Amino acid sequence: MNRVKKLTRKLYRDRIIYFMIAPFIIFFFVFVVIPVVAAIVLSFTDFNMLQTPNFIGLDNYRSMFLNDDVFMIAVKNTLIFAFLTGPLSYIACFMFAWFINELPKKVRAFMTLVFYAPSITSSIYVIWQFILSGDRYGVLNGALMKLGLINEPIQWLIDPDYMMAACIVVQLWLSLGTSFLSFMAGFKTVDETLYEAGAIDGIRNRFQEVWHLTLPQMKPQLLFGAVMQIASSFAVGAVPMALNGFPSTDYATHTIISHIHDYGNVRYELGYACAVSTILLLAMMLTNHVITKLLVDD
Amino acid sequence: MKRLHIRKKLNRSHGGNFLIFLLLAIFAVFMGLPLWYNIVSAFKPPEEIFLFPPRLYVTNPTERNFTQLFQLVTNLTIPFNRYLFNSVFISVVSTTLCVMIGAMAAYPFAKKEFAGKKILWKLIMTTLLFSGGVTAIPSYIIKAKLGLINTYWVLILPSIASPLQMFLMRQFMLQVPDEILESARIDGASEFRIFLHIVMPNVKPALLTVVVLAFTSIWNTGSNGVVYDEALKLLPSALGQISAGGIARTGVTAAATLLLLIPPILAFIVTQSKMLQTMAHSGIKS
Repeated sequence: MNRVKKLTRKLYRDRIIYFMIAPFIIFFFVFVVIPVVAAIVLSFTDFNMLQTPNFIGLDNYRSMFLNDDVFMIAVKNTLIFAFLTGPLSYIACFMFAWFINELPKKVRAFMTLVFYAPSITSSIYVIWQFILSGDRYGVLNGALMKLGLINEPIQWLIDPDYMMAACIVVQLWLSLGTSFLSFMAGFKTVDETLYEAGAIDGIRNRFQEVWHLTLPQMKPQLLFGAVMQIASSFAVGAVPMALNGFPSTDYATHTIISHIHDYGNVRYELGYACAVSTILLLAMMLTNHVITKLLVDD
Repeated sequence: MKRLHIRKKLNRSHGGNFLIFLLLAIFAVFMGLPLWYNIVSAFKPPEEIFLFPPRLYVTNPTERNFTQLFQLVTNLTIPFNRYLFNSVFISVVSTTLCVMIGAMAAYPFAKKEFAGKKILWKLIMTTLLFSGGVTAIPSYIIKAKLGLINTYWVLILPSIASPLQMFLMRQFMLQVPDEILESARIDGASEFRIFLHIVMPNVKPALLTVVVLAFTSIWNTGSNGVVYDEALKLLPSALGQISAGGIARTGVTAAATLLLLIPPILAFIVTQSKMLQTMAHSGIKS
């Protein structure tokens, strides 16, 4: 009883604080937390938006892993995106932030804009449709044919041999976003005197400088960047669906997000779509856990 | 000045400078060329769009793509101005609410101790991962259950609780020195007054950054799937319908993309230095 009283008193004392966080927390729960919980719950049902959902246990998960060949393709493609574009773009974010930071001040602002611009506007990647267009009027085909490297136009967005590579390039092009900005800023926060001291201690070149002095200082930004990269590299789906069409040829760029779209928005098998979402969320959280451990422990 | 001079010479070889500049130049072309091609295409007359080989410049620039775009959008039975109004209105309202509500919550998370803080913060940090399409289906169900589908509300309310924006503001507020908050407290100011009159003026760069980031993300979000009335649709969705018209509309699509691109890019250019100031505190301390 005493405990309850104490807590009540504490809550009452801090009532202004709770009033201040209440609006955010309410919206956060309604539009972020509850959907996730709902997805997990619905993933054990045969919900289809029309009939009352029945509890069907692990049936969705069972058919996902045992009977759904397309899901397996989606997993494979998502993993390729996650483990190829994820780390590549993470490294690119860091390298370019570093290089740009080495430039004179005036050029720096301009270069930051050039590298960051593609990620600010999500609709911009439609331009790649014209660059990678399958006829000879496509910019890439036109250039390659002019140079005599190819004789026939290549169907970059329809031929399964090239679709994945094309999507990876576009995805990388789009990916210098929040992490890139965070790293840019991180380079600026490192104390100048640290470099002077380093030079006295025998740091010989800028690679040693970044490795021994800057990287340890930027750990918080690196961790934040990792979280943002994991989030975006597992969530690849909009770009392939826009560039390769839906469904893509032979499901060559079908990702888990495309699969969720398929079952959720096309077939209305929402219980099943929720099960797929749950698996994706689990994969993201697991990766996040591993990366955090890696970055924090050493 | 002297320190700057020393720093320039420290461990910087000419060869290294050259190599870095070369690498950056090559990749800047890769990054910039699609944007450039888009800008050029927007001003190309049809006969130049279908030249072989495709050109990265325009000989006879024309504004025809833009006029054609306005006509096409107007033919959707809704005047172009309506989409523009919707997009501007929704972006401004959502951004304002997102920043105000987020900042108000960020202050206690940065500077106060209260029951439940740890677990709530952990939850917010976890959801930084849950971007975009991952929770699309369950969020749709929630929006439908709340009766928000096909109203302005569905375009405004979900973007208010953005974990990322609130996280950035909280990280920046951590930098406000405790001493000035403490002295205000001794003077008898309430927590809300402290927030409004001391914390807010001190975190202007962060507020500006979040305004730009929130505006950009809301501006880019279409109304596909949650709004069916033409009169409620946003610019990106309306322009998407146009560009779905295929290859014949290459020039018009480029013009539309260019128009959508201008506000976020301008916002970034104007606020660049403030944004970097904010992002410096974006790190996650372990």
